[in-house]
Amino acid sequence: METAIVVEGLRKVYGEVVAVDGISFEVRRGEIFGMVGPNGAGKTTTIECIEGLRRPDEGTVTTLGLDPQRDGYELRERIGVQLQESALPNRIKVWEAVDMFASFYRRSVDWKPLLERLGLAEKRNTDFAKLSGGQKQRLFIALALINDPELVFLDELTTGLDPQARRAMWQLVFDIREQGKTVFLTTHFMEEAERLCDRVAIVDDGRIVALDSPEKLVRSLGAEKRVVFSVERAFDEAALRAVPGVTKVERNGERVTVYGTGDRLVGGVVNALETGGVPFRDLRTEQPTLEDVFLALTGKQIRG
Amino acid sequence: MRGLRKLTWVEAKLFLREPAAAFFTLLFPLVMLFIFGSIYGNEPTDYFDGHGAVDVSVPAYIAMIIATVGLLSITINIAVYRENGVLRRYRATPLRPQAILAASVLVNLVMTFLGGLLLILAARAVYGLHFEGNAVGVLLAFLLSALSFFALGFVIASVSPTARVAQVLGMVLFYPMLFLSGATIPWQELPEWLRRFSEFLPLTHVVTLLQGLWFGEPFGDHLKEVAVLLGVLVVGVLITVETFRWE
Repeated sequence: METAIVVEGLRKVYGEVVAVDGISFEVRRGEIFGMVGPNGAGKTTTIECIEGLRRPDEGTVTTLGLDPQRDGYELRERIGVQLQESALPNRIKVWEAVDMFASFYRRSVDWKPLLERLGLAEKRNTDFAKLSGGQKQRLFIALALINDPELVFLDELTTGLDPQARRAMWQLVFDIREQGKTVFLTTHFMEEAERLCDRVAIVDDGRIVALDSPEKLVRSLGAEKRVVFSVERAFDEAALRAVPGVTKVERNGERVTVYGTGDRLVGGVVNALETGGVPFRDLRTEQPTLEDVFLALTGKQIRG
Repeated sequence: MRGLRKLTWVEAKLFLREPAAAFFTLLFPLVMLFIFGSIYGNEPTDYFDGHGAVDVSVPAYIAMIIATVGLLSITINIAVYRENGVLRRYRATPLRPQAILAASVLVNLVMTFLGGLLLILAARAVYGLHFEGNAVGVLLAFLLSALSFFALGFVIASVSPTARVAQVLGMVLFYPMLFLSGATIPWQELPEWLRRFSEFLPLTHVVTLLQGLWFGEPFGDHLKEVAVLLGVLVVGVLITVETFRWE
């Protein structure tokens, strides 16, 4: 079986609010699939319908070939879930939590190496309530992996973590995929989606506005690169405008920004400056990001 | 099954790690016993129909433990689990909801029983507690009383929108029952109109049933109490099944 998840025409309404408005997509086995979008875009509702924790109002969901509503218990034997909002009893110890969750499944892995791998071995006798945010999150990942699942759901994995812990978490996600598992994650950090995901669905107001690999999404946007540098004296901007691919040159004090497209843009700009004998410093290029894609598609700024 | 066993074991440890629950279930009844035992002793008196104060108090305090666990421990525990997202996390596993409820009932039943047992052992050792009933009968009455109060606790937890509301509701039911059911203050002390009011409190029936059986009265004399408690149990279970929420 090639696909892990098939969603067709999924729709979910809470009272007056349409949380998910008819979305369809497929997740392939072995990939890291991401859903990105602002808070309230419908990501968590979608993920919970796929896990079988919520009943869709319309549409069909097939997860690992099962109907999440009808075969919920069977499905949960085979998936690992990290929920956006959940907790454990305050006074449960780390080892008790993994040991107990292991007993909930027909099949489970040895929890000792698992805690080791997640850097929790030294915290095994610590109460849940006394763990830091990052440690709690790693414990929840341990619980999501305790049954050696085929498919792992990570909902807003890094929200509330500091940048260092976030990077450590990214490595964990790559490790999970290395083991041949499929990963479905949601995030509202565009950078996170860009770094982690093989394919990304951009959602806004309960709809998918784009779905592809981050590179293709960025390329399809046809967005301009920017070459930014500083100069100390006046120079002939016309020489820069003449470089192939350049669309616009902006000067703001010492700071010059050249907009343009094409792989030779940077070389062309540097060449033109050298030829014109213009001394420059601090030259760097800025690539368009998923953030720009989101902005272009929805007209909204997203901020983590 | 393995999941239920582990969950029950972990919940038992968690119960004992929670100072308030452990204290009020296991130690507080002993404190009551020793305070009032040292005041009134356990000499048979006409006031208690020829029984000693301790003999009368022990089944009444067992009723108090049942109410504490049912209305306070279970209610708060389930409501907090729901509010914090513990139940949500359990739900994302193959664990059946029945297992969660069963573990909770089992652990709380054992703790209530332990609280009663400690009380009985202490009362026997220190005050020469008298028991004139049939142990199996008293055990059955204990079981019925505990289960019906646990059901009441689950109902409060299920219908309360937040853990805080559940806690307040539990206390609102608990305190009048504690003082007016005969569990702490002997019913002989209550004026006639209060006694009539206390007929409406389920705990009054637990006290009457346990005290009656304790002193050797047959079950047949207490069909009313049994019926009331069975009713509370059945209605409580039905309401819980209808209103139980994971989040």
